[in-house]
Formats: sequence, C-alpha cells, structure tokens
Amino acid sequence: MAKKKKAVDNELAESKQVSTVQAVIIWISLAVLSVLFLAPIFIVLINSFKSKLYISDEPFSLPSAKTFVGLLNYTDGAVKIGFFQSFGWSLFITVLSVGVIVLFTAMTAWVITRIKSKFTSMLYYLFVFAMIVPFQMVMFTMTFVANRLHLDNPIGIIFIYLGFGSGLSVFMFSGFVKSIPIAMEEAAMIDGCNPLQTFFSIVFPMLKPTAITIAILNAMWVWNDYLLPYLILGTERKTIPIAIQYLRGGYGSVDMGAMMAMLVLAIVPIIIFYLTCQKYIIKGVVAGAVKG
Amino acid sequence: MQKALKKYFPIFALPTILAFIVAFIVPFGMGIYLSLCKFRTVTNATFIGFDNYAKAFANKDFLNALVFTAEFTVVSVITINVFSFLLALLLTKGIKGTNIFRTVFFMPNLIGGIVLGYIWQLIINGILLKVVGADLTYNASYGFWGLIVLMNWQQIGYMMIIYVAGIQNVPPELIEAAKIDGASTWQTLKSITIPMVMSSFTICLFLTLTNSFKLFDQNLALTAGLPARKTSMLALDIYNTFYGRTGWEGVGQAKAVVFFLIVAVISLTQLVATRSKEVEN
Repeated sequence: MAKKKKAVDNELAESKQVSTVQAVIIWISLAVLSVLFLAPIFIVLINSFKSKLYISDEPFSLPSAKTFVGLLNYTDGAVKIGFFQSFGWSLFITVLSVGVIVLFTAMTAWVITRIKSKFTSMLYYLFVFAMIVPFQMVMFTMTFVANRLHLDNPIGIIFIYLGFGSGLSVFMFSGFVKSIPIAMEEAAMIDGCNPLQTFFSIVFPMLKPTAITIAILNAMWVWNDYLLPYLILGTERKTIPIAIQYLRGGYGSVDMGAMMAMLVLAIVPIIIFYLTCQKYIIKGVVAGAVKG
Repeated sequence: MQKALKKYFPIFALPTILAFIVAFIVPFGMGIYLSLCKFRTVTNATFIGFDNYAKAFANKDFLNALVFTAEFTVVSVITINVFSFLLALLLTKGIKGTNIFRTVFFMPNLIGGIVLGYIWQLIINGILLKVVGADLTYNASYGFWGLIVLMNWQQIGYMMIIYVAGIQNVPPELIEAAKIDGASTWQTLKSITIPMVMSSFTICLFLTLTNSFKLFDQNLALTAGLPARKTSMLALDIYNTFYGRTGWEGVGQAKAVVFFLIVAVISLTQLVATRSKEVEN
C-alpha cells in the first residue's frame, strides 16, 4: 500500500516537475526578486544608523566612519514621538478591539442566524451593507458622534472598532454558523443548557478556525489603521501610525534620521508576529479574501 | 430553541448592535442628510438641497482626484494581477525554497500604509535625485508611478497567494492529459490553467480594484497630494475638503457620498460577477 502511494506521489511530482535547467533559471529569478522585495527594508535599516544630514542625499550608500551615528537616531526618535508609549497604545487598542470584536460578533452572528425572523435577516443585511461603505463616507459624522458620547479615548475607540468592524466579522461568522448542524445545539438545550452555556461549550469551540481568521484580519486592520484613531484620539495619545505621521509634522523639514529609526521599530514587531504565526496569517488572509 | 434564544437575544446581540448603531448607522444617516446641508459643526446645519453636489462637481481638485484615482486604479489592477499571476505560476513548479520565496513576497502586505509610504518616499526620492535631480514633489507623474510601485510591492504577494491556491486546485490529470495530447506550455496555460482559476481572477480583480480605489494612507505618506494637490486621490481629497477648508464641510460630505456610490457600484458588480460564476459551476 505504502509503496503504491509513494509511486503515485512520485508520478504527481514528476508531472509538475520542470527540467533542471529551467528549475535553475526559475530559482535564480525568484531569488533576485526576493532580494528586490527585501531591499527597501534593508535600505531603511542601513539609513537608520546614518546621521540625518546624509540620508536624503546618499540613501543607497552604507554608513561610513563619517556618517555612522550608532543608535542616536533610535534614542532621539523614540523620545521625540514617544515611541514606546505609542507601541503600548497600539498594543492595548489592537488586543482589546480584536478580543471584543471576535467575542461579540460571534455571539451576534449565532443568534441572528439561528433566530429566523424579519428583524434578524434585516440586521444581517445591514451588516453586509456596512462592508461596502468606505470610511470616508462616515468619518466626519462618526467623529462627531464619538466626541458627543465621550468615546474619544482609548477605551471608547474599542467600542467604535466593534461597531465599524462588525460588518465583515458578523458576515463571516454567519457564513460558518450556517454550515454547522443545528442538532448538537438542540441536544444541549434539551439537556438543560441555557443559550449562553450552549454557545460557549458547543458553538464557540466549533467556530475556532473562523475566529482565528477574523482575529488576524482585524488585528492587521486595527494595528495599521491611521485615520480612525487619529480622528478619534488626536495626537495626545498616539498609536504607531499616528506617531510616524506626526514626525513629518507641518511644513518644516523632517528629521530623516529619526524617521528611519522609527520605521525600523514599526516594522520589527510586524515581522516577528508574521514569522511566528505565518501559517495562520496566510491561511486567514486567503479565507478572508475568498469569503469577503 | 427559538423561544429560549429570543429571550437571550439582548445578551448576545445588544453590545454589537449598539456599537454598530453608534459607529455606523447613525453616522451614515447623518452623512446622507448633511450632504444636503450647509454646516460647520453638524449642530448648525441648514438644508440647502443639492448645492453641495453642484459645488463638488465644479471643484477642480475633486475632478482631478477622480481622474487620478481612475487612472491609478486601472494601471495598478493590471500590473498587480499580471505580476502576481506570473509569480504564482513560478511558485507552483515545485522549485526548492518555494516556501521561503512565498514568505518573502507576502511580507510587505502586513506593513501599514503610512510606514510603507515613508519607506518608498526615501527610495524613490533617492533614485529621482540621482537620475533627474528632482524629488517626488516636482512632477505629478513621479507621484503616480511612485504609488504604482508601492502598491505593487504591497499587494503582489497577497494576490500571488490567492492565485497559488487556485492553481493548486487544478487537477494534475488535466495538465497531464494535455501534455500527452501534445499541447505546448502556452496552450496548456491558456486553455486549462487560466479557465480553471477564473474564480481566483474574480477575487483578485475586485480586491485590487477596491484597494486601489480607496487608497488613503499610502497616498498621504508618499506624496500628500503634492505637487499642488495633483496627486491627491479621492479619499485624500475628501479628507482635505473636510479638514482643510472651513465652510466646505458640506461639500466634503457630498464628495464622500459620491465616493461611496462609486465603491458600492464596484462591490455590487463583484457580487453579481461571483454569483453568476457560481451558477455556471
């Protein structure tokens, strides 16, 4: 049996295989492309160690004895924009928003899918509708409402993210709930579970793959989001994108040294996150694209 | 079960519904109404009918942004999809190191728009200063092509992953049969692979379409509309109308409604296109 399977595998591999010469050519072109893809980040990295006076004029040269300033740009920049506070705010807002979105939209999706009424199907279509509305349509009025209700702080913004992010998340969870059999839930209820117990012991564990996808999609959105937190929080409590944009300031010249160092600090956490959960991220993004 | 669920409905759905009303339903309704009003701070709005829309369409910046956005969208959709599909073909040949290449190509997608914008500002300005002796703010076409390069760098990896998934779903027997029948590589690609990955094409086409059309952060960071608002895309132009020009809040909201309508038409077209594909299969 095993032998036969191996033979089939070999055959499959062969049918996909290209000749060795072709393989080498493809490999070399892919390697060159990879280098090109990584080059921008590498260039920012080398410039982050150069004196700010030499960055704009000579961005492609390695630091020399004359231009090398060690970690000066990092210490200067971090103080200037309060990078570590920004990192803290970004982390705080992202983690809590994602947690709140995953939990509450899963609960909402379950009841509006299982209760069959005009009201729940209207709700469903409203959530779907919200997915196609661009942020600019509501940005001015949303900021007004948030200020009026005193939601213009790092806790209030989580509520805003739940509201604005619920469209896609409810839609995706609903799609999955529809595909799981209702029999288990009914059995649990007959055995005396109330809906909350049923949801947390039966339904939510089954939703886990979708929950991971939704968590990743929302984490990428909230972590990188610039305009919404800028309008709601202003520049007093800055997330990382706001801090980077703040460095550019008004019309004065930009401190390129600090800018390079802060770009590096902004990218490093993302790369670490990416390399540790790469499998989930790629899967989640594809699932999100196909369903959304 | 329905009865018990209905009793618990508020516990399950109320937090989301409240947040949805506050963050979306109310602002959306107000937005539609305010696009027909003159106002500065929402509370002092007076109804003026379609004046804001007339002003929006007579506004040079808006028309320029509309054309710039449309051109940018067409070029970026074509380039991103061609490059990512070619990459996907190369990555499904069973070459050694495929996983590492895939990891590298996808990575830029996770970096936020503001950070991306400043990374590329450094590089593009560096190249421009060397080659033509001017920077991005000198000529609108520099900004245009700069945004195209940036967008390609960010999106190619993402679309490539979707195409790879599509190509891997093509049954190898089909390719094998075509080879035995003497089909060339190009013929196999044209008559088997491409028709079999049509659904991936639809997805990628619309993802790139809406992503490009709604672009804001990258635009703000790379060019901020310079020179003279010539590289402002629609989202940035709406932002500048709201926050950069006192007394024009109503016009900003009218522009936003127009923007929303265009995005809605694109999305509905996608829905129809995907639905009709599903029926065919």
